[in-house]
Amino acid sequence: MLRDITLGQYYPADSVIHRLDPRVKLTATLLFIVSMFLFHTFVGYAIAGICLAAVIVVSKVPFRFMMKGLKTIWFLLIFTMVFNIFLTGGTVIFEWKFIKITEEGLSNAAFMGFRLFFLIIGSSLMTLTTTPNQLTSGMETGLRWMKKIHVPVHEIAMMMSIALRFIPILMEETDRIMKAQQARGADFEEGKLKDRIKALVPVFVPLFVSAFRRANELAMAMEARCYRGDDGRTSMKPLKYKRRDGISYLLLAAYIALIIVTDKVVLALL
Amino acid sequence: MIKASKLAYEYIRRDEEGNVEGVVRALDGVDLDIKKGDFVAILGHNGSGKSTVAKEINAILEPTEGVLFVNGFDTSKEEDVWNIRQSAGMVFQNPDNQLVASVVEEDVAFGPENLGVPTNDIISRVAYALERVGMTAYRTSSPNHLSGGQKQRVAIAGILAMKPKCIVLDEPTAMLDPNGRKEVIATIHELNREEGITILLITHYMDEVVDCDKVIVMDNGKVVMQGTPREIFSRPEEIKQHKLDLPQVTELACELRKDGIKMPDGVLSVDEFVEAFVSKYGKK
Repeated sequence: MLRDITLGQYYPADSVIHRLDPRVKLTATLLFIVSMFLFHTFVGYAIAGICLAAVIVVSKVPFRFMMKGLKTIWFLLIFTMVFNIFLTGGTVIFEWKFIKITEEGLSNAAFMGFRLFFLIIGSSLMTLTTTPNQLTSGMETGLRWMKKIHVPVHEIAMMMSIALRFIPILMEETDRIMKAQQARGADFEEGKLKDRIKALVPVFVPLFVSAFRRANELAMAMEARCYRGDDGRTSMKPLKYKRRDGISYLLLAAYIALIIVTDKVVLALL
Repeated sequence: MIKASKLAYEYIRRDEEGNVEGVVRALDGVDLDIKKGDFVAILGHNGSGKSTVAKEINAILEPTEGVLFVNGFDTSKEEDVWNIRQSAGMVFQNPDNQLVASVVEEDVAFGPENLGVPTNDIISRVAYALERVGMTAYRTSSPNHLSGGQKQRVAIAGILAMKPKCIVLDEPTAMLDPNGRKEVIATIHELNREEGITILLITHYMDEVVDCDKVIVMDNGKVVMQGTPREIFSRPEEIKQHKLDLPQVTELACELRKDGIKMPDGVLSVDEFVEAFVSKYGKK
């Protein structure tokens, strides 16, 4: 059933990572991505890899679930690696006609591959352990300071959560309209691409009309329930930092420090 | 609780340049007087102005003429709008288009959150409201997994959590199946009886009207009939004139009377019908 679709890719489990404040997870993901560009030696990769593996184990999300996120970028990963192998200059270790493989090329390819791999796994770990709703409220609370520079944080968060609520409804509606058009002889599956796109027009017009009608009714219902924007609004589940969140921030700081220091030390030793 | 005198509302249709193209007088000199704790139904066919009344009561529309007081607040005064909306909550027809959040309890919390109620209070209000409409078990579900009747009960809980004095329901059962309709109607009767909340039910299902304290029939933007259900349904000719039907049992009693069988006026339920019939023709 369409209404059962899950948005994002939340994997329900009971772990510390799942219970962490979404703000912590957002910050951690951001810092983890930044940290990827802070080191230049294999030691850094080893540290990042070990830390990531540890978090994955704690999060109780099966590893094959993680790999699903990689599917979409598999091609990009191979592509980057191939380019790095063949197009980096340096000490040649293998040569055949116009193909040259260099030592630097191989190490660059390996590093690039790992970097991308870590990036994807790291960020999908966040979406796997945080529901879209939590993410929205995390962003709203975490980015509240941006209101000072006139970014409508609350409004954006509200739009996101309404979108999350209505996407399944509108998908169901699309399905219904398509069936209604098919019953009257519309053909969505055959013909040239151009024809197929044309056939979708009679689906999208009623869909848009109904979406606007829904928006209008929802706005009225929200006003009737005294919605008047962010001012004076309270929350049933306000985000509050707990002890585990503080500890996570400390661990995060330790991780970044470790990365920077070891990188400096290893570089000095080499 | 709700008091209107000479209330009128005009929808103004404009062309692209903003010139007035036509004026539709949706309400025309409506007088209302609804007391605290009443269960009042407004009947009327499509375009009779009954939904416009609901929007007026919630201060979504401002009266063109006349005055309307809700819980002592004047609906034409800008500064009282939020007080009015808090004291007279509104439930709409389409259950999908009035739920905001993707989790039931968060949706119920939406109203109190907007009112700025402290967190602990919200939690107890949400628990109470869900308990009241019998939806506690679905606290953490997504509204998309609920039936129409359940969604409508969640919508009622969302209003209830704002602690209103009065709930206006604008055809809340029009999009529901018979079971959903029964659930919703039973719920609002309970709220009226046990919590003393004033209910204004706008509908075109005659069966839902039978148990009300008072019925108001509207046609063409005017109040044309007013009274207890028995008084109203004792005038079948008049009802039909306003393009409305009678409840099935009432209709049957009415038809039988035409054929010379002595049935009293304004029979409202099957039990009443049976009793009246048996007392006349039972012992032979």
